[in-house]
Amino acid sequence: MQATMHTLATLRQQQPRFRGLEAGHRACQGCGEALAARLVTEAAGPDVMIANATGCLEVFTTPYPHSAWRLPWVHAVFGNAAAVAAGIEAALKQQQRATKVLAFAGDGGTFDIGFQALSGMMERGHDVLFVCYDNEAYMNTGVQRSGSTPHAAMTTTSPSGKARMGKRHMKKDILSIISAHHIPYAATASVAYPSDLRKKVRRGLLTEGPSFLQVHVPCPLGWGHSGALTVEIARLAVQSGLFPLLEMERGEVVGTMPIRTPRPVADYLRLQGRFGHLFGEDHRARKELEHLQALANRNIERFALRGSTPERYDTEGADTVHRGGDRWA
Amino acid sequence: MQALEGSQAIARTVALCRPQVVAAYPITPQTHIVEGIASLVAEGQLDCEMVSVESEHSAASVALGAAVAGARAYTASASQGILLMSEVLYTIAGMRVPLVMTCANRAVSAPLNIWNDHQDSMAMRDAGWIQLYCASNQEAIDTTVQAFYLAERCELPVMVCVDGFTLTHTLEPLALPTQAQVDAFLPPYQFAHALNPMNPWSLGTLVGPEHFTEARLAHHQALLDAQAQIIAADQAWAAVSGRHCGGLLEVRGRRDARIGILTLGAVLGTLEDALLAAAPEDQVRLLKLRSYRPFPAQALAQACADLDTLVVLERALSPGAGGIIGPEVQGALADLPTPPRVLNVAAGLGGRDMPLTLYERLLQWARQPGHPPFCLLDAADC
Ligand SMILES: Cc1ncc(C[n+]2csc(CCOP(=O)(O)OP(=O)(O)O)c2C)c(N)n1
Ligand code: SF4
Ligand SMILES: [Mg+2]
Repeated sequence: MQATMHTLATLRQQQPRFRGLEAGHRACQGCGEALAARLVTEAAGPDVMIANATGCLEVFTTPYPHSAWRLPWVHAVFGNAAAVAAGIEAALKQQQRATKVLAFAGDGGTFDIGFQALSGMMERGHDVLFVCYDNEAYMNTGVQRSGSTPHAAMTTTSPSGKARMGKRHMKKDILSIISAHHIPYAATASVAYPSDLRKKVRRGLLTEGPSFLQVHVPCPLGWGHSGALTVEIARLAVQSGLFPLLEMERGEVVGTMPIRTPRPVADYLRLQGRFGHLFGEDHRARKELEHLQALANRNIERFALRGSTPERYDTEGADTVHRGGDRWA
Repeated sequence: MQALEGSQAIARTVALCRPQVVAAYPITPQTHIVEGIASLVAEGQLDCEMVSVESEHSAASVALGAAVAGARAYTASASQGILLMSEVLYTIAGMRVPLVMTCANRAVSAPLNIWNDHQDSMAMRDAGWIQLYCASNQEAIDTTVQAFYLAERCELPVMVCVDGFTLTHTLEPLALPTQAQVDAFLPPYQFAHALNPMNPWSLGTLVGPEHFTEARLAHHQALLDAQAQIIAADQAWAAVSGRHCGGLLEVRGRRDARIGILTLGAVLGTLEDALLAAAPEDQVRLLKLRSYRPFPAQALAQACADLDTLVVLERALSPGAGGIIGPEVQGALADLPTPPRVLNVAAGLGGRDMPLTLYERLLQWARQPGHPPFCLLDAADC
């Protein structure tokens, strides 16, 4: 035991960079949320305070008496991460301290139960970076639908059956709703593009006032895929146009990640159990697939995502390491 | 002494306590308190972050966040607001976060009613907060100062319960403490468990069955231990201000009477007025329950040991059971060699007037053998 502790300490000292979330937490293998939280905290650095909503991230990181966080962190309830963060920010402001404040929540804690507190926090202009780990369902309670669950996806409360093809409603366009608050900075990111994600975290933190980051994080358990496919699936969501990577300032789109070669949505959907019912003989399945493809096409058009020439910062170029050490994006 | 509305007095007292963050959402009859604080901030008389949130759920959450970041934090609410806050109130207490809230006591819907009773704070009885009830606006002032002292000593949140309208909207001559008095009593505070990037720790973690009971026991013990602190705070404040509020439980009226009336909040003033006018043989022992949580069972047993009959007059109802405080008092007295008969009366619900004649009626029932153990005043059965 002693030796192990010593080794761990040495290993930590040798870590090339700061880690806010340590190994040893209890997320499932291949959990996109755990990976994203590690990337976000790594980019944010040690001088932050985090308010975390109830959800997988809270539960798998802090089973008392253990904690995987190397950052000051507080969890109160499911729907109040933005408000707790606002309180922390108000206190720090009054004490004239420069520590940055982060709020972490799942899609449930953002789109649904935490939405009112989030909207209020943004309207009041608190200097908080709110990070939504969007795994498109209530995972912590066993994969129930949320306002973020995509159309036609199967969850335990939107099952498919003779009379239903999974969720009947659309995924809420949260970024548009957030940007309607005209906050200085709002963006989407994906675990498949870590440098892009880190850059957006840093921008969010440098921005004075509220900023918002929606990170797409596959959940092997809830989406029904192998933990080894997390990054690939996340990348396909971006490359198909279903989850466009965008940056917005005060309600205007100011940056997009171009898609070099759009992939058919079926390539993304086929890998996931939650869309398994879309690949049967059923004519309804074909219709749903067409619908989802149309949604992706619309994103590509709306945000002019199709890149004409290969670029460093497109869906193929970003986060690829090239011979000679030239790291793109 | 100066003529002040209760809410204005509370607002100015809160300001004297130098909160760094105040978060609130308006609800009658709490509004004048937060409006008062907002105007002190606007006039530059109070240097604090005033966060006007979008709901009571967020008011409590902002106060929680501010306190765990090391600020002295305050909020105020009532009625529906208290209920909307409820999951956060439990969390604040369970996390042992020191902060202060004024509850401008009001009935809970339905039927919708904006007037005074104690149903709102009673609904939060088991949230794990210290709950202190004020019998007058002067007590509201003095208890507010003591509340910060207690919160910070005990690492527990404190709810100061003030009757809506009866106190909050009443203008009367009041003594506000001086800034020097409050500063002497409330030095700048550093919350021992505040978040700190130099020494990071996790607050509000998931606690499994193997530790949960211990956490609850520690919380329970902290509230029991707070009894001594409540008495000490009252004495210490008396040394500074010359005024005290009666510790946990105060005995007034005729000490050797065999009939007692126990109540809490502003109705005590009505009963005291009636008692002064009553013939000597009609004078009772009045017990003012100031601390409802922690529940001063021992002090109660002592104060009631030689009573024949105790009337517990309360301003809330547990539908389907009866009184809320009555059965608790009865339990606290059960081990006395000769416990008094306890009559439980719920009255003044939703602002129903409690006139001076209430005293006589209570006395009459206390003397009437076979009076039912519980009744709802003004209702058919009594
Ligand atoms: C008021 C309240 N309602 C319901 C719950 C149960 N609950 C806890 S976490 C959770 C879902 C979390 O979903 P999400 O925010 O998407 O986070 P994830 O676990 O998917 O990362 C639910 C429904 C709760 N804790 N509090
Ligand atoms: S259920 Fe999903 S989000 Fe939760 S820990 Fe497992 S993989 Fe991560
Ligand atoms: Mg989720």
